[in-house]
Amino acid sequence: MTDTRYDRAPGDRPALPGMEEETSSGVVVYTIGLVLAVGLTATSFWVANTSLLWPPGVPLGLAVLAIAQMGVHLVFFLHITSGPENTNNVLALAFGVLIVIIVAAGSLWIMTNLNDNMMPPELMNLHMQH
Amino acid sequence: MNIAVAIDDVRKDALPSASEAGPATKRIVVAYGFWIFLLSDIVMFSALFAAYAVLVRATAGGPTGAELFNQASVAIETACLLASSFTCGLMSLAVGSRRRTATYVFAGVTFVLGAVFLVLEIREFAGMIAVGATPQRSAFLSAFFTLVGCHGLHVTAGLIWLAVMMAQVEIKGFRPTVERRLLCFALFWHALDIIWVWLFTVVYLMGVRP
Repeated sequence: MTDTRYDRAPGDRPALPGMEEETSSGVVVYTIGLVLAVGLTATSFWVANTSLLWPPGVPLGLAVLAIAQMGVHLVFFLHITSGPENTNNVLALAFGVLIVIIVAAGSLWIMTNLNDNMMPPELMNLHMQH
Repeated sequence: MNIAVAIDDVRKDALPSASEAGPATKRIVVAYGFWIFLLSDIVMFSALFAAYAVLVRATAGGPTGAELFNQASVAIETACLLASSFTCGLMSLAVGSRRRTATYVFAGVTFVLGAVFLVLEIREFAGMIAVGATPQRSAFLSAFFTLVGCHGLHVTAGLIWLAVMMAQVEIKGFRPTVERRLLCFALFWHALDIIWVWLFTVVYLMGVRP
């Protein structure tokens, strides 16, 4: 136990005593991450191609699987935790996610709305003639 | 009475907070700066994703995603990138315990898997262009090539970076500057895999649905 508490660099694993033990536990962490990620990816491909599921629900299911896999990558590959030494990394990530959601969802919302309100082509042609 | 104050004192003595511990080490500062860069890179990708999602139906009478995409090839690409992310993690462990041979082996496997991914993607692009599905054909294809091509460019940059880092390990050894660069490379490679998760979900799985 150190007497000072630094932030942890993003991507760095928690420091554990004992070099050899640390490496083998690191391999275990990456292997768990790989197994979970492969499972989620395989599920995504199955969900997209099966006819067993209710079709309108499939895109939502795929989005949930992608979010879950993103979480697996963040926790097991990038070693992001909820610990106090990771606060800065998590806050930056949260801000990034906020901007991504605003850009993606906002664009879709505005463009769908514009599409719905667009003048039908035949009306547009009528306008052009005058 | 003063119990709360006393508890505060004890906890502070036991564990000073991050800001009281003084300036962070260079490793933390460098990796945090690179983390901010990666997040801004992901924000840029979100704009490309938004453009793709808006334009996915704008095929202008040209070929649609369902006609063009080959899921078997995408599944192999996904497997390659995921496996390379795993071996990149094993390389980070080897770097952490200063095992030079293991570092080279895992870096080599990571490089080969990344290169296989890139070759498959280029073949896919070449096949699409051969049947007339060029970026000029429709807004959908412009958005597709921009989004997927941008990820491909990132992978290319990552491969070049990895090769340069292995040369630096060979020439300079595991000195702190090299270790910091390897940490940043690992962050970059894992972040590319996260972007690919969204890419195959949004473009190749959702995009082919009627």
